[in-house]
Amino acid sequence: MGLMSSVPWYHYSAPKNFYPLAGRLIPWFWGLAIVLTVVGLYMSFFVAPTDYKQGEAYRIIFIHVPAAWMSMFIYLVMAAYAIIGLAWKVRLADMMASALAPTGAMFTFLALWTGAFWGKPTWGTYWVWDARLTSELILLFLYIGFISLQSAIDDPRRAAKASGLLAIVGVINLPIIYFSVKWWNTLHQGASVSPTMAPKMASIMLITMLIMAVAFWMYTIAVVLMRVRRIILQRERQTTWVMELLSGAKGERR
Amino acid sequence: MSDFFAMGGHGFYIWASYGVTALFMIVEVIAVIRSKRTVEKRLARLARAEARTKNAL
Repeated sequence: MGLMSSVPWYHYSAPKNFYPLAGRLIPWFWGLAIVLTVVGLYMSFFVAPTDYKQGEAYRIIFIHVPAAWMSMFIYLVMAAYAIIGLAWKVRLADMMASALAPTGAMFTFLALWTGAFWGKPTWGTYWVWDARLTSELILLFLYIGFISLQSAIDDPRRAAKASGLLAIVGVINLPIIYFSVKWWNTLHQGASVSPTMAPKMASIMLITMLIMAVAFWMYTIAVVLMRVRRIILQRERQTTWVMELLSGAKGERR
Repeated sequence: MSDFFAMGGHGFYIWASYGVTALFMIVEVIAVIRSKRTVEKRLARLARAEARTKNAL
């Protein structure tokens, strides 16, 4: 009961029905993303105190950890969509996987970038080939591989199959990233937040980081829904509903 | 004010992180909006052309 049965999933798995739904949802996710980002940035710089050990540099944590979480979470969701697309031939799931990849790649790059600029003042180096950093770099290559495969294959169904398989195989890298700080002796510190332990950071810092994480999450949903609408139009361009929508013959101009 | 931007000597690292993150996120949104508009325009042209051929027949 509840969410699973009250939402007509089957109805909205049709691109034609999902397109207007996504259009209605996007402004709400933008609203949440903007409000949470403003609050999160204010707390990052004006509420969270200076760290007694690292000074001000630690403030990078408020974007570094959310970006790193999103890089892994987006990959997991992308792979889940790839499975749904491959197993049940749901075209919209393939389109969602394609729409997620660029944003996932961006957050992976940003996790590496902000990590480098945090590493320099705290470790004395921008980069080190330790397990955490290397596996996160492999995640970036997996995203790039996924995107390149899609653009290299013309037939969308074959492209979805090949890139979907890559996405699914690449999931093996996620636990490696997550547990790398436990399994290997890394320069990267251990988990700041874990489900089994009390957080090792002051609660105001933790709350600020979580607000930024939710802000990034809402941003991701908004931007991915916008991108999937473009993908729907491209792949469904031969259908009557897209032609009617775009020729302005019927319905609203959105 | 300049104290704020100096960030206790860590200003460069902090602003390089926040600046590039903001830049990427803003550019991504602009790119997505523009690519959707481009696709809409191109497909609208095709749809109109199709409608004309149908009417002509």
